[in-house]
Amino acid sequence: MLIYWANDEYSITLFGHTFFSFFPQGFYHAFNITHRLSEGMAFHFLFMWAFAINGLVYVLYTIISGEWRELVPQKKSFKEAWLVLLHDLHIRKMAPPQNKYNAAQRIAYTAIIVMGFGSLITGLAIYKPVQFYYLTWLCGGYHFARILHFALTIGYVFFFLIHIVQVILAGWNNFRSVISGFEVITVKDPEPITETPTPTTDENPVQ
Amino acid sequence: MKTPFNKKNKGPKKTLTVEQKISRRNFISFGTFFIAAGAAYGGWKWLYNSPEETATVTAGARAPLRRALNKTELAFRRVFSNNNLVKTYPKEMAAKNVRHNEDIGNEGKIEAAAWRLQVKKHSGEVLSISIDDIKALPKTDIVYDFKCVEGWDQISHWGGVKFSDFISHFKLDDQVKLQYVGLATPDKVYYVGIDMPSAMHPQTLLAYEVNEQPLPPKHGAPLRLIIPVKYGIKNLKRIGTMTFSDNRPPDYWAEQGYDYYSGL
Repeated sequence: MLIYWANDEYSITLFGHTFFSFFPQGFYHAFNITHRLSEGMAFHFLFMWAFAINGLVYVLYTIISGEWRELVPQKKSFKEAWLVLLHDLHIRKMAPPQNKYNAAQRIAYTAIIVMGFGSLITGLAIYKPVQFYYLTWLCGGYHFARILHFALTIGYVFFFLIHIVQVILAGWNNFRSVISGFEVITVKDPEPITETPTPTTDENPVQ
Repeated sequence: MKTPFNKKNKGPKKTLTVEQKISRRNFISFGTFFIAAGAAYGGWKWLYNSPEETATVTAGARAPLRRALNKTELAFRRVFSNNNLVKTYPKEMAAKNVRHNEDIGNEGKIEAAAWRLQVKKHSGEVLSISIDDIKALPKTDIVYDFKCVEGWDQISHWGGVKFSDFISHFKLDDQVKLQYVGLATPDKVYYVGIDMPSAMHPQTLLAYEVNEQPLPPKHGAPLRLIIPVKYGIKNLKRIGTMTFSDNRPPDYWAEQGYDYYSGL
């Protein structure tokens, strides 16, 4: 992240008047990131490999395992996602029925892959704008590609914040299922019909 | 139905209850989770606190990060080609007020008539070239987006002699078989090293004009490097000496933690 701070490019300016500066001088001092551009770039050009490879492995995994079916939005998802949002905001009581992921999750988890791909393309477009001139052209030029790359990064921050809040709200059992891959659902025992209890057999394997 | 427990058979393990299976699988997965999280945290701590590289031609970066920069350079050098050209613009789009960032090695004024470019061949022979000798060569103009490592970019218009034309005119073809060219200001305060493919790129200029006017002192009069395949930090102003070498020549910003290659 240090990479962005060296030059105060990031402000909203109209007709020569700056309305909002993303990073006022105090910001730099508060986070101790003055004159650390080279350090930021060095980290960036190592971690870019990690992000790109991690993304590639994840996408390959979802394709090979068939998990993508749970993740890609369906036709109805876009309508349902709105209902999920209303439900999560406690405006609507019922959430639409879902499979592993609800409609909003499907959209979010697919969007993040599209965003990741966008970061990769815009990143290459600004990293080697001469060698990958066609990517730079595709991203609307060097300057615009930079803005896109930066906007996507802010997008990840929002995704992360919402993600963490949602995990906390979803509670412990959900979090455990994320880590361990199974969910524990307590089913009440039905009342025995016969007087003699059935002999205990094997337990059903846990799904 | 399974056969009931058989004493002769050592094999079948005791069947676990659902609760046992849950707790066992939780233990394994959370154990893995915490080990992975700990490894990630430890890895980050290791990297963040890793020692600074030994100062050579590069300096100022953490040792593992410098290794990564150098490896990344090798990977991206594969896509470098003289056929990949920087985008050019009509000259009307060039900035009238060309941005000026630093004056390291370019302070004060210099007498253009007394100035000489010292070209030091690998053999030790030195060519001393005046600005008029250079201006007598065919002129090339370029209007392109100049890119700074700090993140800004600006369309600007430069004129001068192509580096490759300069090389062939002064019969330095044997010198450019070496891997690097080094440039330094007359006072040797600012210096850059350029890999030969980038220097010989058809858009690399030894520039003496900006916006069709002679370079003002702040833009590196009388002669500066304009190399569109590199960030601004490599575009040395006020060239004093030119050297050729198979080793990386010293580079001002590479000694301060920046990537040596800094190619675009």
